[in-house]
Amino acid sequence: MQQVLGNISVLATMPIFNLGLLIDGLLIGSIFALAAYGLALVWGVMNVKNLAQGDFIMIGGYITWSLGRLGFNPLIGVPVAMVVLWVLGWVLYRTVISKVIARDLFTSLLATFGIAIVIQQGLNLAFGPDTQSAHADLPTLSLAGGLITIATTRILGFVSAILLAVAVVLFMRKSRMGQAIRATAQDSRAARVLGIDTEKVYSFTFCLNAAICGAAGALVAMVWNVQPFLGTTYSIRLFVIVTAAGFGNLPGVIAAGFGMGVFEQFGGFVLGAEFQQALIVLLLLMVLAVRQLQQLRIRQAVQ
Amino acid sequence: MSRTSLHPITIGLLLLAGVAAPLLFPAYTNQIAVLWLMIVFASTWDILGGQMGYNSLGNIFFFGAGMYTSAVVQIGLFYDVGMYTSGARTTHIVFTTAQYFTGFALGMMAAGVAAALLALATSWIVFGLRGPYFAIGTLGVAVAGAELIASWEWVGAAGGISMPVFPGAPEVQKLFFYFLLFGLAFVVLVFLRWLYSTNFGLAINAIRDDEEKAEAMGLYTGRYKRTAWAISAFFLGIAGAIFGNMTGFIEPRDIAFPTTTFNIFMILMVLLGGKGTFWGPVVGAVVFHVIKEVTWTYFLGWQFVALGLLIVIIVVYFQQGIVGWLMEKYPERFGIRVAPKEKQDLARPASLSPQPEGAE
Repeated sequence: MQQVLGNISVLATMPIFNLGLLIDGLLIGSIFALAAYGLALVWGVMNVKNLAQGDFIMIGGYITWSLGRLGFNPLIGVPVAMVVLWVLGWVLYRTVISKVIARDLFTSLLATFGIAIVIQQGLNLAFGPDTQSAHADLPTLSLAGGLITIATTRILGFVSAILLAVAVVLFMRKSRMGQAIRATAQDSRAARVLGIDTEKVYSFTFCLNAAICGAAGALVAMVWNVQPFLGTTYSIRLFVIVTAAGFGNLPGVIAAGFGMGVFEQFGGFVLGAEFQQALIVLLLLMVLAVRQLQQLRIRQAVQ
Repeated sequence: MSRTSLHPITIGLLLLAGVAAPLLFPAYTNQIAVLWLMIVFASTWDILGGQMGYNSLGNIFFFGAGMYTSAVVQIGLFYDVGMYTSGARTTHIVFTTAQYFTGFALGMMAAGVAAALLALATSWIVFGLRGPYFAIGTLGVAVAGAELIASWEWVGAAGGISMPVFPGAPEVQKLFFYFLLFGLAFVVLVFLRWLYSTNFGLAINAIRDDEEKAEAMGLYTGRYKRTAWAISAFFLGIAGAIFGNMTGFIEPRDIAFPTTTFNIFMILMVLLGGKGTFWGPVVGAVVFHVIKEVTWTYFLGWQFVALGLLIVIIVVYFQQGIVGWLMEKYPERFGIRVAPKEKQDLARPASLSPQPEGAE
């Protein structure tokens, strides 16, 4: 308790620390926002809540880490992870997801949970339970006389995340497939009547989401670290973000992603890093409780 | 499902199975004890998941809460808990026979009551949620429980607590816990058979079928949901107290709140056996436990991969479950009368014909 109060007083007396935490939070939040957008996409279009989202991220991270160990620049990991996860997404879609889309939501939740366990344990068997990180050997910037340090990799991750997000948004706005995806999300039946191959749209959406996760994972491996069982934490984070923002609300998802990053940085600084997971779960319960209060007025069954 | 109690022959068979199993297979007493625990898990999960239509991912919370409540009561009656948990690794603390059994009995009762009270408290958060939000919310409760205990020094934090040692021979200990778990499973089955025959059973079935309509018919659904959640929590709390003493060492993430093992087993067993049927969870628990023990023995290291695959296969391809499948195949044997198929098709107007596959 003393330590917590001490940390708070440090923040109050040294405003420059706040700035440092804020910047770090925003840089990391950009990756959250990217992956949360993928989750919201699948959620909105297919009505499938992908609990394996965080584990897709971990696969992307391990691909990048392996490439780094082979002597490649970790940045190569971004496109490679995207391609590998696209293929993995397609395989999973064919074998599992396509069979649960029309079923009730708990079915898809459990099925993706099963996938998540297989991925976690598979990564654990393949790479061992140690925490790994792909270093890009880039310098660390110091601002304000060394009080704020920003790793260049984080800036790089931020820029890549923003570029990818912009590319995905442009794709959804401009391309024919993007239009078809948005139409299916609005009303899949009407879309089918108008000649859109919704089966293809579903498959494409799931693959796109997996690829986005792969890219996010590659960035996570560069700016942070990967570990087989960290995936669950990411899944919960992304759920918090999307539930708080609402899955149809793209600016909301991005804002909530940044908010999550900042919240974690401040929470971790004030309470200590070991409370990080507890903080995320607490936030989830808070968001659900707030949502519930909002829904007291507009009571309606979500299936 | 209108019988108020189990058939006397069924009761006799259950008792016979319970008593005979450890005598016939003395080498597997512990495994069979865990099988009865699994039956408790599956049957109590089915109260909400199968009979009320609320798929919870967080029932394990009450198992862990019961385990820790019982540990605190058992230790706290005779020693200072904080001292015990910090000193347990260096000093040897002895419980006399009388201390052990009074502590255990009180701990078990406290565990059940505390779990039920926690259920009432958490029901405020979780029961405003529906469908997948309910599942995620309850999972959040379970993970939060594990994290809270893991950072709470007074109860040993992530390091766990060594439970009081059973004052007796290992053989006696095995049988003692075996019969406790068997007794619990037996009580749960008899109680649930009675519960499902009452108006309460009808009410929770009505909530599953159409909650809005049930409410419009005058059922105070909130009260029924809370009660059902508290009932399953009560039994899970007692199960946690027994299991904690059986293993002799408790720890938050893998023993008390194992969200990825026992927690998922509950759901899988019910799905495998048949959701919403009385015997489905029992059948599912037996089949699943046998499969699990075999894979754990022969695929060591890959067991969790096998588990994940099993989840996907059961959920995607075989969700009606064993009993559900039997009911569909031989409805007469379950006392369900089905109208002949041709007649039904003729009577149904074209506009009501089933929608094409994949339609919402």
